[in-house]
Amino acid sequence: MNDLLPLIFLGLMALAMLIYVVLDGYDLGVGILLRRAEDAEKDRMIASIGPFWDANETWLVLGVGILLVAFPTAHGIILGGLYLPVTFMLIGLILRGVAFDFRVKAHANHKPLWNMAFYAGSLLAAFSQGFMLGIYILGFDYTVSHTIFSVFIGLSLVAGYALLGACWLLLKTEGKLFRRAVRWAYGSLWLTGLGIAAVSIATPLVSTRIFEKWFAFPQLFWLLPIPALTALCFFICERQLRKLSLGLHEKIWVPFACAISLFVLAFIGLGYSLFPYLVVDKLRYDQAASAPESLFIMLIGVAVTLPAILFYTAYSYRVFWGKATDLSYD
Amino acid sequence: MQAYGFWVKVFALTFAMGVVSGITMSFQFGTNWPGFMETVGNIAGPLLAYEVLTAFFLEATFLGVMLFGRKRVSERMHTTATFLVAFGTTMSAVWILVLNSWMQTPVGFEMINGQAHATDWIAIIFNPSFPYRFTHMLLASGLTASFLIAGLSAYQYLRGERCAAALAALRTGIFVAATLIPIQIFVGDLHGLNTLEHQPAKVAAMEGVWETERGAPALAFAIPNEKERRNDYAIGIPKLASLILTHDANGEIKGLNEFEGKHPPVAPVFWAFRVMVGIGMLMLLVSWLAAWQSRKQGMLKPWLARGLVAMSFSGWIATLAGWYVTEIGRQPYLVTGVLLTKDAASATAAPIIGVSLGLYLMLYLVLIVSYISVLFYLARHAHKKYSPLTIAEAKI
Repeated sequence: MNDLLPLIFLGLMALAMLIYVVLDGYDLGVGILLRRAEDAEKDRMIASIGPFWDANETWLVLGVGILLVAFPTAHGIILGGLYLPVTFMLIGLILRGVAFDFRVKAHANHKPLWNMAFYAGSLLAAFSQGFMLGIYILGFDYTVSHTIFSVFIGLSLVAGYALLGACWLLLKTEGKLFRRAVRWAYGSLWLTGLGIAAVSIATPLVSTRIFEKWFAFPQLFWLLPIPALTALCFFICERQLRKLSLGLHEKIWVPFACAISLFVLAFIGLGYSLFPYLVVDKLRYDQAASAPESLFIMLIGVAVTLPAILFYTAYSYRVFWGKATDLSYD
Repeated sequence: MQAYGFWVKVFALTFAMGVVSGITMSFQFGTNWPGFMETVGNIAGPLLAYEVLTAFFLEATFLGVMLFGRKRVSERMHTTATFLVAFGTTMSAVWILVLNSWMQTPVGFEMINGQAHATDWIAIIFNPSFPYRFTHMLLASGLTASFLIAGLSAYQYLRGERCAAALAALRTGIFVAATLIPIQIFVGDLHGLNTLEHQPAKVAAMEGVWETERGAPALAFAIPNEKERRNDYAIGIPKLASLILTHDANGEIKGLNEFEGKHPPVAPVFWAFRVMVGIGMLMLLVSWLAAWQSRKQGMLKPWLARGLVAMSFSGWIATLAGWYVTEIGRQPYLVTGVLLTKDAASATAAPIIGVSLGLYLMLYLVLIVSYISVLFYLARHAHKKYSPLTIAEAKI
């Protein structure tokens, strides 16, 4: 059991991070797309994420929290290595979070300013997260080539979040905004696909260990479904979006499901590349873990609360199911 | 319900400010204080984990239902959601104060190879300073909220708002504040006694006592002089500090010189303590005067209403000052007797930390200014659509 605990927490952390990326991904994505909408549409877009964004962001606190409490040594090294990007991400998240409330409560003249803050905060947070991922994969080395690679991952993640956001809007909006969302989804799908392809090619090239993990027999055979399914999701999504753009209004959930699948597959690929390291090629997860008695105490808490959290999260999505209506406290 | 409509906006705005600044903290453990988790992570970790699991998700999820779900769920479910948000925020206060109190008065652990390992979780959770700190903080939150409510309502009152909701809020704010403040002063005294028992150096700094003495005076004013280890320009009330702290006019208080090299910087603790206590006394005076006036005359004199407006944010200032006392008062330790603050700090280059600190300060300054101005803006426009009461009805 004691040997198993770090692995369980590694799994839980990965799960929390994945849920975070998908959930906060769509609401950051809506923020990134905000600038392209008309004023009346902006309210509706933000209404579609209003009841959820706060809980979505809590998954980040849980993911980083597990890194902090289960793997304290790794937490220090990773966040120390990402000091400035973390700062920028947090500033982005702060701006975005407060703009959400200020834009409707401040004087009407200031609303465009807070809309801008909402957009800029979402963009900054998304970009910083991708940038952090790049720097993290490359071992916290801020050389020119690594920085360029990380900037590229940052931009890819912005596109990926925009894709999630646009697909979310397909579920939540109607009419003109729906048609716009189809166009946004289509554009960001291609950018996301390009990003995934480029990152998949570049990552093995920058790390020989990752290269050997992927391109050797017989693993390659077992790993093939990952890129194959990614390509499949991409094409299903692309086809469905083209249908929707022709005015067909059915299976509107397909693009969102495909977009989530793309993220899950990319996440699995990344997890495979990195495992068992928490700090790439330096610190394994089992070397960084907390004392087993502390992990055990936390596991009890997780076992009781996580099902409850998933249950009431599902409940909240059910309450706000269907097309978004204007937000009102009444 | 009309009062709910206005105050829920204030709550949502305040909550958002709290959420985003809280996320920052979960990262700063790693970015700025890696040594903290490396040394006491086995204890701090589970406490923080339980906070996220039992509090953060609960409040964040049901906040959505509470704020935006009134038309979508039954009245009963909405009340449940509101209750769960309140429960979540309280649980969050429990866990974080357990951790902070444990850092002040650590028990229930053993050190193995320089790392703390838990031996008794019940002792860790109910560590000596936790009950006092928790009660003191909950009351502080209650006072902060009631002075904000009283202050913003008094602002509306001065502008001539005489609708039922605004008056009800004003009345609630005043009477809750007037009830809580004497309890808070009493609990604060108990908390001080507890601190004297476990962290005497902190109390010595709060009182500005350098030499151990009997019948120590309570200093109303002084400039602690760390270099020469004495107070300049001290004005004090004889024997009062001994009386308050030991309940004996000639009781002995240990001076800072007993803890040389291991006591906090004196001036910030000394002054923060005076700010906190001073505001507390002012709160007592203003809330009781207001309660008395509204009981007696059913209205507030404009000067007193203005006083309440001026006190709108007094709760925050007093709470912050109190935290300065207790956090600076723990120095040079991060975990009393276990971990020095300087040993927990990150090795990140100073200029980089400076840049991030500067950015945060600028952002927070903008946010505070926006927050306060939006609160008053909301207060001005809260009750426009409601008809005012007649003068005869408009009693507080």
